[in-house]
Amino acid sequence: MKRTGVFICHCGINIAGTVDVKKVAEELAKHPGVVHSEDYVYMCSDPGQNLIEQAIKEKKLDGVVVACCSPNLHETTFRNASKRAGLNSFRCEIANIREQCSWVHKDKLKATQKATKIARSIVEKVRQNDSLDALSVPVTRRALVVGGGIAGIQASLDLANSGFEVILVEKNPSIGGHMIQLSETFPTLDCSQCILTPKMVEVSKHPMIKLMTYSEVQDVSGYVGNFKVKILKKPTYVDPAKCTLCDECTKVCPIVVPNEFDLGLTGRRAIYIPSPQAIPASYTLDDKNCPDPFTTIACGKCADVCKPKAIDYDQKPQIIEEEVGAIIVATGFDLYDKEHMAEYGLGKYADVLDGLQFERLCSASGPTNGQILRPSDHKEPKEVVFIQCSGSRDPENHCAYCSKICCMYTAKHAMLYKHHVHDGQAYIFYIDIRSGGKGYEEFVQRAVEEDGVVYLRGKVSKVFEDKGKIIVWGVDTLTGKSIEIAADMVVLAQAMRPSVGAQELAKKLKLALDKDGFLAEAHPKLRPVESVTSGMFLAGAAQAPKDIPEAVAQASGAAAKAITILSQERLFHSPTVAKVFNNLCTGCGMCVAVCPYDALTLKDGKVEVNEVLCEGCGTCTATCLRSAIQVKNITQQQVAEMINACLGG
Amino acid sequence: MAEDYEPRIVAFLCKWCSSAGSDLAGVSRMEYPPNVVPIQVMCSGSVSPLYVFSAFNKGADGVLVSGCHPGDCHYIKGNYYARRRLNLVKKLLEYVGLEPQRFRMSWVSAAEGTKYTQVIKDFVKDLKPLGPQTKLRRNP
Repeated sequence: MKRTGVFICHCGINIAGTVDVKKVAEELAKHPGVVHSEDYVYMCSDPGQNLIEQAIKEKKLDGVVVACCSPNLHETTFRNASKRAGLNSFRCEIANIREQCSWVHKDKLKATQKATKIARSIVEKVRQNDSLDALSVPVTRRALVVGGGIAGIQASLDLANSGFEVILVEKNPSIGGHMIQLSETFPTLDCSQCILTPKMVEVSKHPMIKLMTYSEVQDVSGYVGNFKVKILKKPTYVDPAKCTLCDECTKVCPIVVPNEFDLGLTGRRAIYIPSPQAIPASYTLDDKNCPDPFTTIACGKCADVCKPKAIDYDQKPQIIEEEVGAIIVATGFDLYDKEHMAEYGLGKYADVLDGLQFERLCSASGPTNGQILRPSDHKEPKEVVFIQCSGSRDPENHCAYCSKICCMYTAKHAMLYKHHVHDGQAYIFYIDIRSGGKGYEEFVQRAVEEDGVVYLRGKVSKVFEDKGKIIVWGVDTLTGKSIEIAADMVVLAQAMRPSVGAQELAKKLKLALDKDGFLAEAHPKLRPVESVTSGMFLAGAAQAPKDIPEAVAQASGAAAKAITILSQERLFHSPTVAKVFNNLCTGCGMCVAVCPYDALTLKDGKVEVNEVLCEGCGTCTATCLRSAIQVKNITQQQVAEMINACLGG
Repeated sequence: MAEDYEPRIVAFLCKWCSSAGSDLAGVSRMEYPPNVVPIQVMCSGSVSPLYVFSAFNKGADGVLVSGCHPGDCHYIKGNYYARRRLNLVKKLLEYVGLEPQRFRMSWVSAAEGTKYTQVIKDFVKDLKPLGPQTKLRRNP
């Protein structure tokens, strides 16, 4: 005879307000096999848990049902309480009578009946639960970081400095991300490269970091603690060990293409180094443009002039396999595509720029060596219009969300412009100024007070070119007047989008995306750096638009979370896995074919379960014609009894 | 038909999406009819046709299976198996003479409390005109 105890929680009035908890306890006391049934105001409180522990000991319970909130909240609490009282934790189950009952119904009688049925069905389940012990597996104590921007760099350094080996994969030829393209950073006006390059160098010299640039993650399999990763290393056709950075090759290369680092403001050769501070410091021969796609001729000039013979046309793509225990995804952002902003003339007029292009114009290493000049005629612009929320906060036409950093970087842009062009005038069109952050509000005030930036609250309706000027039509909603500015340059604070290719990577990693395409965190408040997949963590703008300090903080958070896995010798895996009944198994192999984890194999005419690979989804059980394979503690027999209980009474 | 007839529904909800979506409906204090008793399963792919028949056998007037959206299965592809398998179940039910409207599948994500609420409201509304299910019900 089974001895089950049932504990009904009032949750204050959250449950007791709609469900007659006394009645449920009474009804359950009559249920066969239930030897103890009681209610209490807060079961999760210490006295509540004590009630459970006491009843287990006194009544020698072999099963516990707590009817309370969702198992996602307190399953662990009550399983631990059971364990303390000497009951196997897998013999304790939760009946969800709050989220799935009391909170969604008003009729007290019907809600009480439903709560009773839910509790009975869980009693039936617990009755057949086995005592199980968590499976333990060894942990591969190294991590993979995807994305070499500031977030990926910070996460890699934190992990490596904690003594864990890191593989840092970056799709571009150099690490540094968008931060290395920036001129100065708000609110301190630190030179972006000056604060980032030391970290980049540290990454490249760190004995615990294996840097793989120009590489992409192709496939991930396995599970938390033991992932297997396939990484595609694209050929650069240049041996960094031999390359002396003499730059002779770019002088002879005949192919010129837009330079991505300067966002098309300059050109680069087919063989190139992204920036002088590139890490690794080496050239890359871009095989999308060489041989010339039109002539299909590889001229060979670069190899001819290369004295150290660093160029090797025979390099092939390589697939490198690595094993890691945790993965941090820091794939960053890209700006909203210029095609979507034709209404503001982006991509149409040379003097309409996006925020990153303006950063390059301000940067000392940029195309104009830090002078702010119009791309069309290289003249100094005397009036510049900055347009915020270009593509952000516009649910009808563009992105519904706020890109968060644009208010601040636009204030910075206007300030930097004034520092370069003292007699110039900067105008900023804005919807609201969002300057929450340490020193941020003061920074915006400084732009207005010290640099005379004119803020115009309103949207821009039209941008067009006329006689060498960019005419901006807008409205100032504070005065109600329409405004026309004949500007020399227009800078758009483009919305932040998840980086190109992030969606594809998310598919490979089985990560969820939110409605805007950013990587979804496991819980918006309490698990902001964890992904929905155990063992994978998120950092930086891949998760949502954020500024540098936030990206760095999140990266360190993700590294700390990864360390909670990597610092352990062994990890525990849920023991609710598939189990084969050999007397029933005919070895037909249908379950083997449907298993998403390759956890089943046929051996000597019977199916065998690899318990570590099995996630307990139960797809095999629904496939087996003879009920020969079952998931522990949720067998078909158990579900049948649960169905019975749901429909009884 | 009696005005006060209330269909009895068993809902098999996958743990990761639909049960979480149902939790969200609760957290958001949405309201739906109390006709449904949920059974949490690990994956919609684990819902055997036996469960559906067993529920009708025991007197359910309607059976709902709800999982993650196609392509979003927590277990990669369980919901695809569920979709194929349970479509056959639907056809079989029709073949044996049971109204196919009594069996329903839905895809509700963890973020879709509103959708879960709507699925239940619609199901109850659609089941009411059909009256009690007696075809597969085993006499007590």
